[in-house]
Amino acid sequence: MTLPTVWFVVVAFFWTGFFVLEGFDFGVGALHKIVGRTDTERRVAINTVGPFWDGNEVWLIVAGASMFAAFPNWYASWLSALYLALWLLLAALILRGVSFEFRGKFAAPAWRKTWGWTLTVGSVLAPLLIGVGLGDLLAGLPIDADGDFTGTFLDLLTPFGLVLGLTLVVLSLLHGSVFLTLRATGPVLARAHGLVRTLCLPAVALVLIVVVWMVVLAAPGGWGILVAAIPAVAAVAAAVSGLSGRSAGATFAATAVTIGGVIATLFVCLYPTLLVSTTDPAYSLTVANSSSSQYSLQVMTIAAAVLVPLVLLYQGWTYYVFRRRVTAGPATTTVAA
Amino acid sequence: MDQLDLARIQFATTSIYHFLFVPITMGMAILVAVLHTRWFRKGTPELRRILRFFGGLMLISISVGVVTGLVQEFQFGLNWSAYSRFVGDVFGAPLAMEGLAAFFLESTFLGLWLFGFNVLSRRIHLFTAWMVAVGACLSALFIIAANSWMQNPRGYTINPDNGRAELTSIGEVFSNPVFIWGYIHVLLVALIFGGGMLLAVSAWQLRRRPAPQATPDAAVGSDPVAPAAPSPFLATAKLGLLALLIGSVLQFHVGGQLGINETTYQPMKIAAAEANWTTCQPCSFSMLQIGGWTADDPPTKIIEIPHLLSLLATGTWNGEVQGLTPLNEQSQQQYGPGDYVPNVFIQYWSMRVMAYLATLVALFCVWGLWLWWRKKLATSRVFLWVASWIMVTPFLMATAGWLLTESGRQPWIVQGLMLTKDGLSGSGSAAQIVISLSIVVVLYTTLGVIAAILLLKHARRPLPRESAENEQPPADTAAPTPSLTY
Repeated sequence: MTLPTVWFVVVAFFWTGFFVLEGFDFGVGALHKIVGRTDTERRVAINTVGPFWDGNEVWLIVAGASMFAAFPNWYASWLSALYLALWLLLAALILRGVSFEFRGKFAAPAWRKTWGWTLTVGSVLAPLLIGVGLGDLLAGLPIDADGDFTGTFLDLLTPFGLVLGLTLVVLSLLHGSVFLTLRATGPVLARAHGLVRTLCLPAVALVLIVVVWMVVLAAPGGWGILVAAIPAVAAVAAAVSGLSGRSAGATFAATAVTIGGVIATLFVCLYPTLLVSTTDPAYSLTVANSSSSQYSLQVMTIAAAVLVPLVLLYQGWTYYVFRRRVTAGPATTTVAA
Repeated sequence: MDQLDLARIQFATTSIYHFLFVPITMGMAILVAVLHTRWFRKGTPELRRILRFFGGLMLISISVGVVTGLVQEFQFGLNWSAYSRFVGDVFGAPLAMEGLAAFFLESTFLGLWLFGFNVLSRRIHLFTAWMVAVGACLSALFIIAANSWMQNPRGYTINPDNGRAELTSIGEVFSNPVFIWGYIHVLLVALIFGGGMLLAVSAWQLRRRPAPQATPDAAVGSDPVAPAAPSPFLATAKLGLLALLIGSVLQFHVGGQLGINETTYQPMKIAAAEANWTTCQPCSFSMLQIGGWTADDPPTKIIEIPHLLSLLATGTWNGEVQGLTPLNEQSQQQYGPGDYVPNVFIQYWSMRVMAYLATLVALFCVWGLWLWWRKKLATSRVFLWVASWIMVTPFLMATAGWLLTESGRQPWIVQGLMLTKDGLSGSGSAAQIVISLSIVVVLYTTLGVIAAILLLKHARRPLPRESAENEQPPADTAAPTPSLTY
């Protein structure tokens, strides 16, 4: 494997990891008003992702930064093309991010309601917009010979991008509901179980549609179809497991593979292209024509080889530390059973 | 206004705003880790309350810093795609390392620290506090390395095939003298912000609640004639003062080194900061002048200090400092026709706002030190009043500092390699920047007002009493996760 290909895999890995992790906190953020009827119940829901969401969001930053470092053309053309959509996304992420911190600062119902809504709307908009943006890579955008976008905002709303965005929203909701069944207690837990059952089938349907669509758009080889089968199988497994309601852990593993698999499949279908130009296929950005120099990639490969395992280790440890369920009771009164 | 002006305004607004929260976060993260260490050593409930009190302030500023940092990560591509293509090979590497080495560390350990009370063992919990501080300080390291490359490019070559900068030595990028002194500068800025915050809040508390807080517990449970213990905020005031003192006094030496760096690598920047149009030797420092912002506008110099500019710019008593006009002619010969002089008014005043305020802060610290020595720190109401207001100065200085360094590089986006106007996105338009700039203004203003209200409200609270259970020494990891931190 050449270094640019290695970095294509690294970028795909960060995007995949981002959705596997942030996917559930998007879902919990979007659903906290539904799984929680009282303020305390809503706080229980929010606190299930409390220690994690910030670390999860860094996966997005690292995905963006590694695109910039390894494929400057890709970063430059894609982000400047997405312009207004990206600003909407940033606004959604900003509002959602501060909601966690701000919401609890005043007890006034209007205050809590406001930051509850920003959390909900931000958590739905973010996966939708990211899905549209990622979908556009494969569906293609009007890109000229200089790599510059020549279309308008409406050109960003490709049918495939919209469907991918919708799929990622529904998968995030499902992933988040399953996460709540692992960490919540009381009425929140019961409602999360109900949501899992409701969301299973729409999620399976959307995953099947989007996977088939990707395969049709990209016509990947045998390996590509094999990879595309992973999210499809995982989605069905998640539905079977979720509907039976026996093992929340198994369901969570299945939803994680599903949402990660959809993203991974997208990148497999994309390779070796980075951004399809609908103007002229010759203008498409590819791994070969957009990568950084050999030396720069070598430096970053060493940095990533040292740092990524460390990050996985300490982030994994966080999940171990906070593996217990969140209760509505006063903090640390008694030792839980 | 055209696309270039709007894009520059947007970048300047978002960056300066973001950087107001960055040094608070860095400085507070260091000082919170120090407070955590104190609590770890002594283990008293009061130190725990102090830790949570200042930790709460840190969290509010981190939340705004983190979300506005998202914009920073993506906006190179938004309006500056030609720049991104040109520099990505060099500039992207420190940015990616920043995410991998610093952001992950800071964010993950922040979650661990915040939710780790009563969950983590005492030792590990202390470790997480320090990791947050390390992560925060590391992130500035990488971003200053990237920015320093724009001020003084090195360790690169221009690829003749595509005309882009390519990295040839990562070691040279990280041994850039502009970076080394710039990073020390930022660390001291962090101490000034963190120390200022600790001192300002503690001073307000000491002024309003000079006596030890008579908690109901104490009233009922303890001997009413026991001698009054000093307010816990006296210790934090001293810690804040110390940090502020170290930051502001050392900054004079670092500032001097930065001045000499500029003379070597960006002579135009320092000449503009002094509104120095003609080459001089020795050069006096203009303390205050009116006019002189263009070559044909003779300045009215009101106060001048002989030899001081030579000293600041070259480190020698009689050093030569080149003037803007000859420097501009040199640039024209080297890079072709054009105007290579930055905005002299901005340079002159941003330099002075920064330096004059820093002098005031340093003098204020000396005053505080004297009161500390005389054991009057907690009772001098005038000092405490000034100390609460001192927190305004770091914000002004940081803003002025970025204007000085970034506006002083103009018209270049990368010194000597790419003009700012050539870095714009080909697909951009003024109309879409107007929309995004409106989003920025509305969103950032709202966030700023809310964050300020929350910080002030939090800072003015009496030290909260926590339930007795909470003040037990943290249990081992077999205890349940404390719920509802948010």
